[in-house]
Amino acid sequence: MNNEKLQHSEDHSPGYGMNVLIWMSLLGLTALTVAIAGIDLGNYTLFVAMVIAAIKSILVINVFMHIKFDDLIFKVFLLVTLTILAVVFILTAFDVFYR
Amino acid sequence: MSTETANHESHVHRDDEGAKIGMWLFLFTELLLFGGLFILYMAYRYQYSQEFHLAAKELDITMGTINTMILLTSSLTMVLSIVALRKGNKLYSMLYLIITKVFALGFLVIKYFEWSAKIHHGIYPGSEHLADMSNGQVIFYGLYYTMTGLHGLHIIIGMVILAFMLNFISRDKVTPDNYVKLENGGLYWHLVDLIWIFLFPLFYLLH
Amino acid sequence: MATQGVDTNYTSFLDYQGKHKGIFAWILSTDHKRVGILYLISMLGFFAVGMTLGFLMRFEMLSTGRTIMEPQTYNAVFTLHGIIMIFLFIVPGIPAAFGNFFLPIHIGAEDVSFPRLNLASWWLYTIGGLFTIVSLFLSGGPIDTGWTFYVPYSLRTTTEVIFPLLGAFILGFSSILTGINFVTTVHRLRAKGMKFFRMPLFVWSLYSTAWIQIIATPVIGITIILVVIEQYFGVGLFDPAKGGDPILFQHLFWIYSHPAVYIMILPAMGVVSEIIPTFARKHIFGYKAIVFSSLSIAFVGYLVWGHHMFTSGMSDTSRWIFSFFTYIVAIPSAVKVFNWVATMYKGSIKMSAPFAFVMAFIILFSIGGLTGLVLGSLSTDVHLHDTYFVVGHFHYVMFGGTAFIFFAAIHYWFPKMFGKMYNEKTALWSIGIMFVGFNMLYFTMFILGYLGMPRRYYDYLPQFETLHQVATVGSWVLIAGILLMAYNLIKAFRSGEKAPANPWGGLTLEWTMPSPPPLLNFLEEPVVTHGPYDYELLEEEGDEHGNS
Repeated sequence: MNNEKLQHSEDHSPGYGMNVLIWMSLLGLTALTVAIAGIDLGNYTLFVAMVIAAIKSILVINVFMHIKFDDLIFKVFLLVTLTILAVVFILTAFDVFYR
Repeated sequence: MSTETANHESHVHRDDEGAKIGMWLFLFTELLLFGGLFILYMAYRYQYSQEFHLAAKELDITMGTINTMILLTSSLTMVLSIVALRKGNKLYSMLYLIITKVFALGFLVIKYFEWSAKIHHGIYPGSEHLADMSNGQVIFYGLYYTMTGLHGLHIIIGMVILAFMLNFISRDKVTPDNYVKLENGGLYWHLVDLIWIFLFPLFYLLH
Repeated sequence: MATQGVDTNYTSFLDYQGKHKGIFAWILSTDHKRVGILYLISMLGFFAVGMTLGFLMRFEMLSTGRTIMEPQTYNAVFTLHGIIMIFLFIVPGIPAAFGNFFLPIHIGAEDVSFPRLNLASWWLYTIGGLFTIVSLFLSGGPIDTGWTFYVPYSLRTTTEVIFPLLGAFILGFSSILTGINFVTTVHRLRAKGMKFFRMPLFVWSLYSTAWIQIIATPVIGITIILVVIEQYFGVGLFDPAKGGDPILFQHLFWIYSHPAVYIMILPAMGVVSEIIPTFARKHIFGYKAIVFSSLSIAFVGYLVWGHHMFTSGMSDTSRWIFSFFTYIVAIPSAVKVFNWVATMYKGSIKMSAPFAFVMAFIILFSIGGLTGLVLGSLSTDVHLHDTYFVVGHFHYVMFGGTAFIFFAAIHYWFPKMFGKMYNEKTALWSIGIMFVGFNMLYFTMFILGYLGMPRRYYDYLPQFETLHQVATVGSWVLIAGILLMAYNLIKAFRSGEKAPANPWGGLTLEWTMPSPPPLLNFLEEPVVTHGPYDYELLEEEGDEHGNS
């Protein structure tokens, strides 16, 4: 069963082309975030920068780190971890933002 | 190690999926390790938003951007090394790994110049120049040095891991049929990249 | 399943002769059973040290003023008592000793997923312990910050802080490796037929614990790194003089240390869920409810850390939010207690040492849990914060909860681990003495705390003297009970009767193999056909099926 799974994931693994495409989008997004930083967006500066960073990390995690092509369990694990990380941030924020 | 281990190895089947689960779980610990620092960043940025903007002006966007590009490209070459190995091309795989290491080194060199420029200007923890600045600026540079320093440490660890991978491939311990070690090494490298993706805008793009 | 008659022709893991001889056959062994026993012995060693420190501390409190030691010594003693008991005994505790030994067996595996990492985790544990011990003899002298290492005092004190901190960091690494191993093992190495919902509840509790170990431990890691950086470079992140915020240290510290109390208690709850069905000869009541309560404790545990900081000066909004979640986390714990009691209802209970421990646990843990609610509610906590009430509550859940079950687990699995039986009667006596001593010692602390006796104080007002004396005498009784228990177990280890494969009539997989277990656990690869507690099913199908 294990080997089958391995075979399975190999078939869907991205080749050279896909990876280069992702890399180009990552560079593009970096250029974009630097360009936007030059414009004064006031309070949205941080928000926009974080959204772009999030998009970049989604690309890295899904393709470079292969999560998209892995078993469901990896996605569940990652989701659980990110949820807990978010919870910890939010609960700390309830202290520092409302002090 | 011992015959006992040998005894075990003869019984334990190879479990690539298990190795990958283990690696991911380890990556989660890294994520939470940096998570603690990002929490501090969040708290202090809220408390000192003006001072943070002021302090960030000292950082060099160009250098930061170049370093981001370098790290992203090293992530690509890392993936390509795995792709090459899977396609049975040992030489290319090793070549891509070497390129990855060169990029990593480049990142560290640029980081070194950035740090030394700042230290030259008298901006480092405990310096007199820093003591004259506002609390928020002190904290900004404190976070800057701590977070990029810890990240730099991870780059160095990553380079050591990649050196091992290079060795494994050359000695055929990592092969086109058995490359989970290389994949795990790659996962670690991408994590280092991932952390930087967030560090970069948080420190360099505050203008 | 393997029968009870096969124990003639096999090499047990205890007798196995590998390449290494003597002690190296143990400290270089990657066999999960040997690693488990290494952990067990090292932890009992540290427990003895921690217990001695506790004894000295209580002795000092026998009278007002100086009794046997100077104030600074007292500070060092309570700090070390905390560090040793928490980081070296109770956090690795049940998972490292009994989890390592029985988790692979319970799911029908030969070993954990990463045997070498498993051995490495014991080595890290040992090195971390050494760091803590070495720190005592360094120039600064023994650390006096309390086990919580709160800044700014831990930055100001002249005692040796770096070494114990690094020790705790290394111990965290060891804990993480155990966690990674357990999660991977549970996902990858279950035997044929061992579905997720056929796993023993002990495995479920270890699985939930492992997740906390993985996710929470790095946060204490970074906290420690930050304090060390602060010490060396004066970065200022926690230093109010430079704009830093010490309360953020407390946040980071408790983001780990509160989930960590579930690292301590969840495995104990798992052991209870094993022992009760075995001795009540009944299917556990609400198997899935217990499974989900374990998982939800592991999650809700992340939502409540702020209740350690009600008086620290954090925002009012977060205070009531944390108080609210603290009440929520009591629910899954209560679900478990009700399920255990319901399991015993109409069971055919056989009184024995492990079961007696569990009875003591249910009483002590309930008291500990309910006083936890008193501390979790905002208004009462403001009154009781940093008093002996907190000390009492903590020891009721941690000592009366986890340590009692640690002892229960020793008694439950001793025959399996060492192949010897202990004297049941002596064991029951020791439990009785411990129970009496325990309540004398710690219940008095609730009263002392309620009357306003602050924790960690070297001296106290004369009106507290009688209660302090009661507590100190209680500590002697408690230690007498522990020593009797230790004597009984050591005697059993040296000259106990040979243990049968299944002395208690349990149904989990460890009882299908001879005692002590063979080198690779199972003589034949197990195939699991029923759940871990299907006593009724087996009775219906007749006894021969259960043994064949």
